[in-house]
Amino acid sequence: MTKPLQYLGQGVFYALFMGVIGYFSTSPVYTHLPPDETLIKLSFSHAGQHMGECRERTPEELAKLPPYQRKVTTICPNRKRSNVVVELEMDGKQLYHVVLKPAGFSSSGNSNIYRRIPVKAGIHTLKARLKDHDGEDFNYVREETVILAPGHIMVIDFKAATGGFIFKNKNTESRLQNKEK
Amino acid sequence: MPYARSALLWIEGWLNKFFGHDLNPFYYLGALGFYLFWIVLVSGTYIYAFYKTGIELSYPSVEYITHEQWYLGGIMRSLHRYASDALILVMALHMLREYILGRFRGARWFAWVTGVLLIWPIYAAGINGYWMVWDTLAQYTTVTTVEWFDWLPIFSESLSRSFITQEVLNDRFFTLISFAHVTIPLFILFLLWVHIMRISNPVVNPKKILAIGMLLTLVVLALVKPVLSQGAADMSIEPRNLEIDWFYLFIYPLLGVWSAGQVWAFVIGLSLLLVVLPWLPSRFKQIPVAQVHLADCSGCRLCVADCPYEAVVMRPRSDGMHFQEEAVVVADRCVSCGICTGACPSSNPFRSEDNYVSGIEMPSLQLSSLRAAMMSDMARLEGDARVMVFGCDNAANIDGLRSENVCVLSLPCIAMLPPSFVEYALHERNIDGVFITGCREGDCYHRLGVRWTAKRVLAEREPRLRGRADRTRIRQFWAASADSKELFAEVEAFRSSLRDLAGHHATKNKAEK
Repeated sequence: MTKPLQYLGQGVFYALFMGVIGYFSTSPVYTHLPPDETLIKLSFSHAGQHMGECRERTPEELAKLPPYQRKVTTICPNRKRSNVVVELEMDGKQLYHVVLKPAGFSSSGNSNIYRRIPVKAGIHTLKARLKDHDGEDFNYVREETVILAPGHIMVIDFKAATGGFIFKNKNTESRLQNKEK
Repeated sequence: MPYARSALLWIEGWLNKFFGHDLNPFYYLGALGFYLFWIVLVSGTYIYAFYKTGIELSYPSVEYITHEQWYLGGIMRSLHRYASDALILVMALHMLREYILGRFRGARWFAWVTGVLLIWPIYAAGINGYWMVWDTLAQYTTVTTVEWFDWLPIFSESLSRSFITQEVLNDRFFTLISFAHVTIPLFILFLLWVHIMRISNPVVNPKKILAIGMLLTLVVLALVKPVLSQGAADMSIEPRNLEIDWFYLFIYPLLGVWSAGQVWAFVIGLSLLLVVLPWLPSRFKQIPVAQVHLADCSGCRLCVADCPYEAVVMRPRSDGMHFQEEAVVVADRCVSCGICTGACPSSNPFRSEDNYVSGIEMPSLQLSSLRAAMMSDMARLEGDARVMVFGCDNAANIDGLRSENVCVLSLPCIAMLPPSFVEYALHERNIDGVFITGCREGDCYHRLGVRWTAKRVLAEREPRLRGRADRTRIRQFWAASADSKELFAEVEAFRSSLRDLAGHHATKNKAEK
């Protein structure tokens, strides 16, 4: 093979190599979320109520304990906690239902959840319910109308100490409009 | 598999035409991997000098490197990315090539398995690198990774909660990934060292021209298509259309289709399959490994110098002979190529005993039997331009060459042929020439066989072919299984040259008379 032809062949090889690297380093474009969808992320960590009766330690019992153990005044003979049940409703229809078991070998830990729930963007009535005891009634409920812009992430958190469900990044359309202004 | 082998040899044949066997990129895939790793390391070190660690700092610092310092920092960033991508490509090709050519079974399992183990940290470092930019692609890959890891029942609380909103995101995450991006490559370097541990004379640097060509290609690509970020990460917005680097991030779209458990099963299953591949049933059967015969071993170290797999070592003499050392075969490293036998000075066929043994021999292919077989085959030759062909079991098949003028002897590797055998064959009256063939140059199945044979015949390496052997009656031609036609043509050309030579000698003798 003549030298010019060899150089041409080498050039083609390097060009092909460059083309493969250059193309697949960014293409084809991957569409992760359809254009008309938005995302709800349900995520919290919450301990269900104890299964058995708990009681306060008597002063005598506390006195018998070393000083560093006296902070915890309540004792629960049964360490096991209740499952945490969560339900999400959107525009009157059930969107999600889950029963969360407590963590740990003795089922004495928190119930944890992290879920991605893709939904259609738009104005929705969202209702979140949670029960953390053995009974039938949901002891935490929050219902709100939210505006979910496409591609935005609304986070549903839960903190019993601050009253229950927290809807974060809701009404994203108005936020988006403000941003655009 | 035969089709894949033919296709590979066809591609490599064309690359040989363009680059020559000494610059064929496919013969340097492992070395190119090392070279690209160094480019990644150097470019990464430069970028790291300007990189700032923190939620609010990382993205702007990368933007500064890319745009304000495009002439160096930007090019370095692009080089860093493209060399990393090229590393994946050559790594995949290297693995595929070794698999297709069957160079992973038997004692070669070690390089194969350590190579497979390298895939994980290389991917970890690459993906980790994407996070450092902290653009929307980084956000997507980070969140998807932690969601994927959350599936494993080892975390008491979901890791994903640490990335749920901008507020909960912590600067320590960036410290962690920066630390990982330095330590993982160090681990890769260690594994690379282990990877080549059981091979002698490893090729870890490509030829200079090839290295320059590769670097220029990446620099041109960096100028034509500079690497850019995809907008700052915002944890309140889900990234939608992403320019994925498919070399590193192909697993993420898969997580959009399959469940996390299925992707774990796929990744772990594939890794395990690759690891156990050398032991899966196949037609491959290794002949018994080399054996040392101390009575004929002088401890000369030639077998140690020539073994491509570090399977022969020297130990203090154990038989009371006056030599200081003796050769010892490490059985689980030996691939039974016989190169050590070809290197042993005692393999000389001029020895008078019928059942002579060499200092180091293949038990199932003793040289004395090979000599006997060769002699009886040569004895039947008739006509003119009679040729003895020595070949290799892993190269072009030489059985078809056998005729009334040509006899053949195929060995596990052409370097199992002691040069004295060539001289011995030429010494016989019934032979006009010796033809030596083996794998394509630069692509010996047993790594160094072709190189050692060529050097021995040129008297550049011990054991040398003695000067008295008439070089005009010897020809070397290197041919893979795909080059049978060329091999046949070359043997015929050699026979024709032998006829010319015979004619020339006859004329000369007549003139002298």
